[in-house]
Amino acid sequence: MTSQATLSGWGRWPRRTCRTAPLLAEAPFPGGPTLGAASAITRGNGRSYGDPALNPDMTLTGTRANRMLSFDPGTGDLVTEAGVLMSEILDIFAPRGWFPQVVPGTKFGSVGGMIGSDVHGKNHHCAGSFGDHVNWIDLLCADGELRRCSSEENAELYNATCGGMGLTGHILAASVRLRRIASAWIAQETIPVPDLDTAMGVFEANHDTTYSVAWIDCLARGDSRGRSLIYLGDHADPEALDREKRADPFKLPARRKLAMPLDAPSWALNALTLRAFNQAYYKAGCRKAGHGVVDYDSYFFPLDSIANWNRLYGAPGFAQYQCALPLATARDALLDLLEAISEARLGSFLAVLKRMGPGAPERPLSFPIEGYTLALDFPLSSRALTLLDCLDEITVAAGGRLYLAKDSRMTQRTFEAGYGPALDQFRALRAETGATDVFQSVQSRRLAI
Amino acid sequence: MSAQKKSVLVLGARSDIARAIAAEFARKGYNIMLAGRDTGWLDRDASDMSLRFQIETTVHKFDALDLDGHEAFFDALPTVPSIVVCAVGLLGDQEADVQDPAAVRRIIDTNFTGPAHALEVAARRLAATEDDTAIVGIGSVAGDRGRAKNYLYGAAKAGFGEYLSGMRQKYVQSRLHVMTVKPGFVATAMTEGMDLPGPLTSTPEKFAKNVVRALDKRRMVYYDLRWRVLMGVITHLPERIFVRTKF
Repeated sequence: MTSQATLSGWGRWPRRTCRTAPLLAEAPFPGGPTLGAASAITRGNGRSYGDPALNPDMTLTGTRANRMLSFDPGTGDLVTEAGVLMSEILDIFAPRGWFPQVVPGTKFGSVGGMIGSDVHGKNHHCAGSFGDHVNWIDLLCADGELRRCSSEENAELYNATCGGMGLTGHILAASVRLRRIASAWIAQETIPVPDLDTAMGVFEANHDTTYSVAWIDCLARGDSRGRSLIYLGDHADPEALDREKRADPFKLPARRKLAMPLDAPSWALNALTLRAFNQAYYKAGCRKAGHGVVDYDSYFFPLDSIANWNRLYGAPGFAQYQCALPLATARDALLDLLEAISEARLGSFLAVLKRMGPGAPERPLSFPIEGYTLALDFPLSSRALTLLDCLDEITVAAGGRLYLAKDSRMTQRTFEAGYGPALDQFRALRAETGATDVFQSVQSRRLAI
Repeated sequence: MSAQKKSVLVLGARSDIARAIAAEFARKGYNIMLAGRDTGWLDRDASDMSLRFQIETTVHKFDALDLDGHEAFFDALPTVPSIVVCAVGLLGDQEADVQDPAAVRRIIDTNFTGPAHALEVAARRLAATEDDTAIVGIGSVAGDRGRAKNYLYGAAKAGFGEYLSGMRQKYVQSRLHVMTVKPGFVATAMTEGMDLPGPLTSTPEKFAKNVVRALDKRRMVYYDLRWRVLMGVITHLPERIFVRTKF
């Protein structure tokens, strides 16, 4: 039942040849949680960027374990197998007036993957992360037992599993809470800001706005560092929609599907084209400033409309850098990061800045901390990797941390500095439950998690 | 065929292909009856389809090898379905199976004898409804030419293909339509993320869409064009040459 496959994360680097088998929907597994292999990791839809969903010994692919098992319209509780994608939940439930409490930047993540990464969305400052809306998780542990984990039952395991990158066990099913929405449209306000201080001022003044995020021009220099387009949003009241939309407020227009048919050539992305693109994008955003109504798909998942957009960065692949910085040090650290990036003349079309609310200290490997997060892509090159090491130094010095779901290259030291004593707690739980040797990924080995 | 409140019975509903075909009919508004040996597993699929497509699903215990139980099985169904899909099948392990009398029988009976009898029982009932009805039988390209790798399975599937052809002719004047489906490579859970020969590989979902579309058009055989071409070449190779190839 096993086969060989060359796998990578969404960043297409690194690539590893792994034994694979389908993740089974029901425990016990024949041969135990690793199906007889030395160690194993679960892989949902492969949307983490680096190496957390790769294990050469055994990578269990979860996309066929995608049954929706029950839904309670009284509470909004949806029970699914781990491989159900966010896109499936949206397609089925948004037209019925239900919406996930937290949606990440892609709708192609699986429920298991979103729990394992404890993903956050544009409402992190007021709604927390995905794990804050999970009722329970059915976890297949190292001893072969299936355990129901929630904040009341096996609480320590539950907390470690939200953000635990699949290293506590295989998530087989979960119950997540959905919320009511009145329409499938988002009332959006676009605010161009000329620099970082203004951007942070807008974020701080909008704690009550449900969704907020900024596209940031990572190549702007000097006083223009932090030049951004801030997108505020909230679920639109049907009353505010025009007549055509109000007639069926859950009906979305059919979107054009684009796809990257092949890898972009290496010359397509360079400092000049990037700077020109970012300049033009900012100018276009300034012209569109103000209020508007967009469908939720365009608001939350602009990149998902281009299938295989990861090919944009060419055959070598890319690394995404996402750090979280504490509120107290965020401003200075962001300016230093932006300085280093624009100086190196490396960067991407899409850099994202977001204000985060309080983190979840009870979940040891959950990424968010109160402050700011910056995320951007770098086409892979030795220059880029050198720059990323410099960015690590700035992040660590500011008391920040990197996101495991995006990481493919940080050092164990950077990781330990970022997560501190919580990491020791996580390692201890892994050792205690026998998970250390059973659940491993290329990433967990690199970072000695 | 109008879709409203009609139902589809899927025999051998446990496989990825059967599940995808059932889901595709559910998407079109049919109520779904899932039948197989392991009803615990099918309950999950039933919940999934009811939730996603807001249709009614029921689960029924069905053993293709229990020929004497087939009449009772159909008697116990809540309604006479308008479409019966037979996805019962077992690939087995050629090398091991041919040395074990029980395994030989199991492969032949699962791929041929059981489905043949069950569909005979189904056909009589469907034809008697005087409504538009259909039987969809899942064969295999392995039935087009016996190959060293899987000729026991292939021979049984070849027999099933000819059986369906005969049944189609018998009912051609009635409102019962019989369609044969021949899958090639379909990427299932096993092959997820692998570098498969792209042009020859389908996903269960795409394949299921094509099957349902073919039935809508009252096709007699659904056979992917690329596979038809490939197997056309293979079946026309002279035996003397074919036996020396590695197909």
